[in-house]
Amino acid sequence: MADQLSLVFSALADPTRRDLVARLTVADATVNELAEPYEVSVQAISKHLKVLEDAGLVTKGRKAQTRPVHLEAEVFDLMTAWIERYRRRAEQRYQRLDAVLAELKDVGPRRPDVPTTPRTEGSAS
Amino acid sequence: MTTKTSTPEATISADEALPIIRITRDFAATPAQLMRAHLDPDLFARWVGPDGMDTKIDVWDVRDGGSWRYVAGRDGQDFGFRGCFHRIGDDTIVQTFTWEGMPEDVALETLRFEDLGDERTRLHAQSLCDSFEGRDAWLRSGMEVGVEQGYAKLDRVLADGTGA
Repeated sequence: MADQLSLVFSALADPTRRDLVARLTVADATVNELAEPYEVSVQAISKHLKVLEDAGLVTKGRKAQTRPVHLEAEVFDLMTAWIERYRRRAEQRYQRLDAVLAELKDVGPRRPDVPTTPRTEGSAS
Repeated sequence: MTTKTSTPEATISADEALPIIRITRDFAATPAQLMRAHLDPDLFARWVGPDGMDTKIDVWDVRDGGSWRYVAGRDGQDFGFRGCFHRIGDDTIVQTFTWEGMPEDVALETLRFEDLGDERTRLHAQSLCDSFEGRDAWLRSGMEVGVEQGYAKLDRVLADGTGA
């Protein structure tokens, strides 16, 4: 699963593949339909789709002739979940920082004529 | 790939083209106060977390090129982090960041404190990792819930917030 996430991010690092994914959010499409707007060959698009498929982002339908490409939306849900999880931890950290900052204010306002030099305070010698 | 909530909660985005994580967050403080909370070791140790862990500052040499190291501990397990204050400007801190468990993975962090006036400051934090794998490891890091346990459990944890 963890490896899948890396595959997903790598797969989406390419602009053409991001574009393919964006188009597949609208509807399933065949390889030929997907290749149409690009100047590259259908084979090149097939290679891009293979990368997306290996990452679990898309699947190919089983209908014999056309085999439409389908976007697997839940993979995006997983990514969103990871990122949201990370965001929540950052938010927790910053709420602790809020508390520290509130305390700094309580200590009393700085005299405006005294410049703060935070880089030397209580730390570096 | 981007999750946004209304202010004042943190906003995060993971760049699709570069191994970067960006976070912005507003604070009810001046840029100088926010800067101080990042550079004063005693203050920093109080908020850097993670939750439920004690942070002990080991090295803290606040100057351009000075190094820092702290250890976060819980239940006898210690996690060391270290890096270098590459540049401390008037409203920016540029530093490197490494978890000692993966000592060759280094992130370059740029913190910018934007004065919004009226004693409010917006923090722009950017972490540039040296690979997508490294960045994604960061996104995954700190998970109390094993990935193997699947989407469903993760979703539950996220939904009720107990794993945050």
